[in-house]
Amino acid sequence: MIRNVLQTIGGIEVYPIISLLMFFGLFATVLIWFFRVDISHVKTMASIPLEDAQSDENGK
Amino acid sequence: MSNESEHSSFPEGTSQEISGRSTLESFAYDNAIVKNFAWATTIWSIVGFLVGLIVALKLVWPDFLGFIPELSYGRLRPLHTNSVIFAFAGNAMFMGVYYSLQRLTKARMYSDTLSKVHFWGWQLIIVSAALTLPLGFTTSKEYAELEWPIDIAIAAVWVIFGWNMMGTIFKRREKHMFVSIWFYIATFLTVALLHIVNSFELPVSLLKSYSFYAGVQDALVQWWYGHNAVAFFLTTPFLGIMYYFIPKAANRPVFSYRLSIVHFWALIFLYIWAGPHHLLYTALPDWAQSLGTVFSIMLIAPSWGGMVNGLLTLRGAWDKVREDPVLKFMVVGVTAYGMSTFEGPMMSLKNVNAIAHYTDYIIAHVHLGALAWNGGLAYGMLYYIIPRIYRTKLYSLKLANIHFWAATLGILFYAIPMYIGGIMQSLMWKEFLPDGTLRYANFLETVTQLIPMYMIRAVGGTLYIIGACVAAYNLYKTAKSGSLLTDEHVKSAPLAESVSTTHKHWHRVLEAKPLRFAVLSLIVVLIGGIIEYVPTAIIQSNIPSISSVKPYTPLELQGRDIYIREGCVGCHSQMIRPFRSETERYGEYSKAGEFVYDHPFLWGSKRTGPDLHRVGGKYPHAWHYMHMMEPQTISPGTIMPAYPWLFTDNTMYHELEGKIITMRKLGVPYPEGMEQKAEKVARAQAEEIANDLPENKTMPVDANKEIIALIAYLQRLGKDIKAVGAH
Repeated sequence: MIRNVLQTIGGIEVYPIISLLMFFGLFATVLIWFFRVDISHVKTMASIPLEDAQSDENGK
Repeated sequence: MSNESEHSSFPEGTSQEISGRSTLESFAYDNAIVKNFAWATTIWSIVGFLVGLIVALKLVWPDFLGFIPELSYGRLRPLHTNSVIFAFAGNAMFMGVYYSLQRLTKARMYSDTLSKVHFWGWQLIIVSAALTLPLGFTTSKEYAELEWPIDIAIAAVWVIFGWNMMGTIFKRREKHMFVSIWFYIATFLTVALLHIVNSFELPVSLLKSYSFYAGVQDALVQWWYGHNAVAFFLTTPFLGIMYYFIPKAANRPVFSYRLSIVHFWALIFLYIWAGPHHLLYTALPDWAQSLGTVFSIMLIAPSWGGMVNGLLTLRGAWDKVREDPVLKFMVVGVTAYGMSTFEGPMMSLKNVNAIAHYTDYIIAHVHLGALAWNGGLAYGMLYYIIPRIYRTKLYSLKLANIHFWAATLGILFYAIPMYIGGIMQSLMWKEFLPDGTLRYANFLETVTQLIPMYMIRAVGGTLYIIGACVAAYNLYKTAKSGSLLTDEHVKSAPLAESVSTTHKHWHRVLEAKPLRFAVLSLIVVLIGGIIEYVPTAIIQSNIPSISSVKPYTPLELQGRDIYIREGCVGCHSQMIRPFRSETERYGEYSKAGEFVYDHPFLWGSKRTGPDLHRVGGKYPHAWHYMHMMEPQTISPGTIMPAYPWLFTDNTMYHELEGKIITMRKLGVPYPEGMEQKAEKVARAQAEEIANDLPENKTMPVDANKEIIALIAYLQRLGKDIKAVGAH
């Protein structure tokens, strides 16, 4: 089955290479970001759910 | 509200530009829409679970509820799965998104009208599903059973949801998009993509269509959809919910925001490739199967990263888990997520899959996901949201605890017997005697062993339903004791547009640019789909063709549609895997070339009954005739239900012309003029079958009844390649 499929798609050999490169690229990018990100910014982001907007009783 | 912070949030980097409190904008969160979705999920959950209990009981007592076509197992099973996924989990997801999105963006929903259209549109879709599925209108593709007009409505309502969500994000007052919002955006985009691609179908009539794809392609698209529906409908939105509600309930920031970002990108990138693990050992090309397995194994990393991140957010707050029902449910949910996401990759290993696939093991796995993960987060949210929007306290902590234990024990009573039963049955299927014959040659022997397990499973399900009813009562009493705060008035600083982002870290820029972010996530999701799917799609013209495989005759086609309508695919597969235990039991294993005219494919995913791919010619017509009328007479102890209405309802011959025309448009090579003579050809074949049936005084054989068409289809199954050997 696999031989039939591979024989009929031109340039199929490049598919796994493309997927490997994309895979590697995405993870390398995320890793670079992971180690270079500004920690204070990360702390701010982590607390966003806890920072509620100020209640406005007069707004009613 | 008890845990509301006193501080308003000023977007980072803009605080200097805000001179004082006078610049704060007043606005109100829309709690009415949250309330609507909250009650919808509370009510639909009970409906969905009850239908589940009915089908569970039918597997113990097939005669339960008599022989009403609309209440038969095959028609109710898709109603159960659809109502739990789209009505219970769907409404729960929307409740969570509408509540958290407004608070994370510090903005009211973009449009109240869109919110309402979304809510009522979604409920209308659920009602139309509840009407059409029992009436037998189904495409047969799992979790995508709804017919084409409803598919269009789903797409429209989904776009309205996305439009409303993106609109809210664009007018937000919080510059940076919290990770939950990322999960919501990915959910919207990917589900839209999956739903549209999988729903390509050509209508025959108002409520009947044929899948655009055939055989292997249809299977691949369906499981690319099916798997990712679990990923992007039942997982990503709930992860977004986890990242908002666990910190809120524990009053702790997210354990690691960096981990959550890695979690997000890795998860959406890997998930989309994993679909083929539903088709291991089938006629799907090997390379696609292997890719599915590899990506499934890699998925453990982000999934467990997410689970650990959720649980560690509770560090220092574990004492609260003992008392707070919100956290109790969420902790069970996140833990079950961890178990399911370990189990899933393990089952995608070919050697494990060979044992688990087609058995009740899978049923246990999906219920762990739906009842514990989705259920845990849904009820955690309900216990969090209802008291807050009704400005009161939870009516009874004791009832919430009763619910928690009923649900947790219910899940255990459900899953454990199904795990045991699944493995047990699989091993029985594969057991050989020393002389090389199957130990349990009669499939039924492996089914009767499961009945006690099915009974315990029904007890587990009942416990879970009792819990859900207790929750509904508790939430109702809570609401009654308070008053709904329809518009929650708050104030926050507007988003300063002048802030330059040029010197910022690139990812931070991304966090502030929803459109750019959405496009990037879509690309990431598309990569997997395209690279994996396109080569398989190209096979269509190059698939190893088997010259003896011919299109179905008109009568067989009609019989096939009856097979689809009755949901036979819910219990019978049509895909024999290349194992000796299967070829010995069923015959030659299934080849890709055999399914080229199958719009839709009917491979199935569970074998409560035996595989039917080679059933053609195995028994005489009379066997099928009696078996469908009184299964117990032919196979004592069977749990196959009877189908008495097939003996009284007439075959709709007049539909054939349209069906042949539609099939030809889809590439099935019916000869010229077949549409005009289809009815005549079908009637002649029906007469032939009827004449072959023995005389029956109590019920004379009538060639015009649906049973004849169904027999014609069953007798055709898997026979075409046998003709190859003949010459």
